[in-house]
Amino acid sequence: MEWFANLFGSYWPAVEITGWTLIKIVLIVAPLMGAVAYLTLAERKVIGYMQVRIGPNRVGYFGLLQPVADGLKLLFKEIILPTASNKTLFLLGPVLAIAPAFAAWAVIPFDMNMVLANVDAGLLYILAMTSVAVYGVIIAGWASNSKYAFLGALRSAAQIVSYEIAMGFALVGVLMCANSLNLGKIVMGQAGGFWHWYFLPLFPLFIVYFISAVAETNRAPFDVAEGESEIVAGFHVEYSGMAFAVFFLAEYANMILVSMLAALMFLGGWLSPVPFIPDSFLWLLAKVSFLLFFFLWFRATFPRYRYDQIMRLGWKVFIPITIVWIVFVGGMMQTPWAYLFH
Amino acid sequence: MTFFGLHFQDIVFYALAAILLFAALSVITTRNPVYAALYLVLAFFTAAGIWLLLEAEFLAIALVLVYVGAVMVLFLFVVMMLDINLDKLREGFWNALPIALPVGGLMAVEMVMIVGVRNFGADKVLAPPAHPADYSNTAELGRVLYTDYLLPFELASVVLLVAIVAAIALTLRDRKDSKSMNPAKQVLVKKEDRLRIIKMASVTESTSVEKTNTEANKETK
Repeated sequence: MEWFANLFGSYWPAVEITGWTLIKIVLIVAPLMGAVAYLTLAERKVIGYMQVRIGPNRVGYFGLLQPVADGLKLLFKEIILPTASNKTLFLLGPVLAIAPAFAAWAVIPFDMNMVLANVDAGLLYILAMTSVAVYGVIIAGWASNSKYAFLGALRSAAQIVSYEIAMGFALVGVLMCANSLNLGKIVMGQAGGFWHWYFLPLFPLFIVYFISAVAETNRAPFDVAEGESEIVAGFHVEYSGMAFAVFFLAEYANMILVSMLAALMFLGGWLSPVPFIPDSFLWLLAKVSFLLFFFLWFRATFPRYRYDQIMRLGWKVFIPITIVWIVFVGGMMQTPWAYLFH
Repeated sequence: MTFFGLHFQDIVFYALAAILLFAALSVITTRNPVYAALYLVLAFFTAAGIWLLLEAEFLAIALVLVYVGAVMVLFLFVVMMLDINLDKLREGFWNALPIALPVGGLMAVEMVMIVGVRNFGADKVLAPPAHPADYSNTAELGRVLYTDYLLPFELASVVLLVAIVAAIALTLRDRKDSKSMNPAKQVLVKKEDRLRIIKMASVTESTSVEKTNTEANKETK
């Protein structure tokens, strides 16, 4: 350490901070990639059991090496650039899809002081990053120069812009209760056990948030952007090999991200539901896994929404519900029952 | 801490400013409208970066959230669907130039008069005061908006609301040729409303097959 400090001289403090930040980033991204890989296996297993099948069980014990095999297969495949495509944007699409999906993790707190960047406007930052994620889909769809890809991109853009509003309004309720945009403070505002978690006073907002989150990540039953039966594979129909895999990674990383946000903002994050068990990162992990299971469950259960029904649900059902509940919460805060909403 | 006589903040500022200028120029010089929209996205991003340098993190993030995340998505949405003939766009260039040049020149002069060199410089615009670590830009902005500037803020929101209502009123028309549906009615549909089960005597295949066979036999004979 001393030797390094002498090597860089007066630049050492800057180098030290940069180095530590890079190490922390790796410590977040590497387990995230692992979680993404095993989420795909979990999805196939869960849906398999729901459909009375076994799911992948050939590669490794219980199919545990299946994600590795899939990853290697995709790595060795050729990335085909369609001749009529816009090459630069075609390759930019996957990058723009995955970059915000990872960048949003910068402000996620994992435990009391385990956070990469304790940003005061953390919630806003996450909203900004998730809204930027749509560019990957739009650019990929347009640059492919293919009808199916373009239709998928248009559907996705309209859907994400619509559900972002309901999602944002649902989060407004949370920040009204927590009096802060800082994710750590939002979690600490729910301290005191199960009955203090925000999902109870904000139950309609929690439901709206979670369904909007499913729509935002383009997951079934809102997966019209891919819609195999109508538009082949939607925006990534022309992608192969790793370029396709990057879209896949982004989708699953976003699923974990929105589940993490739901756990932090409505389910008390790393806080323990009962006073006699200590708070721990494991609680957060359990809550996120519980919510992720719903994503898989939805996919095995619900048929795909029709496009006009998606728009109706977003604009005519969710947005009015959230606005009414925000006004209700604001009104209740002026009454003697205000303690219920803190 | 300095690098080659420049503060780290200065380096970041010049880098962001260079990207911002390049992106902004590209918006108007590039021929492909999709590229132009994407360069505008880049310009917003770098502008947000410069605002971050000014310690206005709430505004910087709001810029990305609103302009990049919503406005430009809709821009791209429209621009991608246009089938633009680039040659036609450039056709009127020389005809429009005699009028466009003075108008553009006038606008440039106006802008220089307001944001000219006289009004800028390190001595004219002071650096934002440094804040303690627990200072919340967001809370401060909220406090100012809802106390000192309450009336302008509410007026602006009313104007926006009027704009929304006007936009909807202008585009919403009752089209006779489009079919609309009532989801509440759709949910209430019973099996009897749609499905009619008809009982009919079964037609056995064997009789008809035999008939054709005998007919075929007769023909061969």
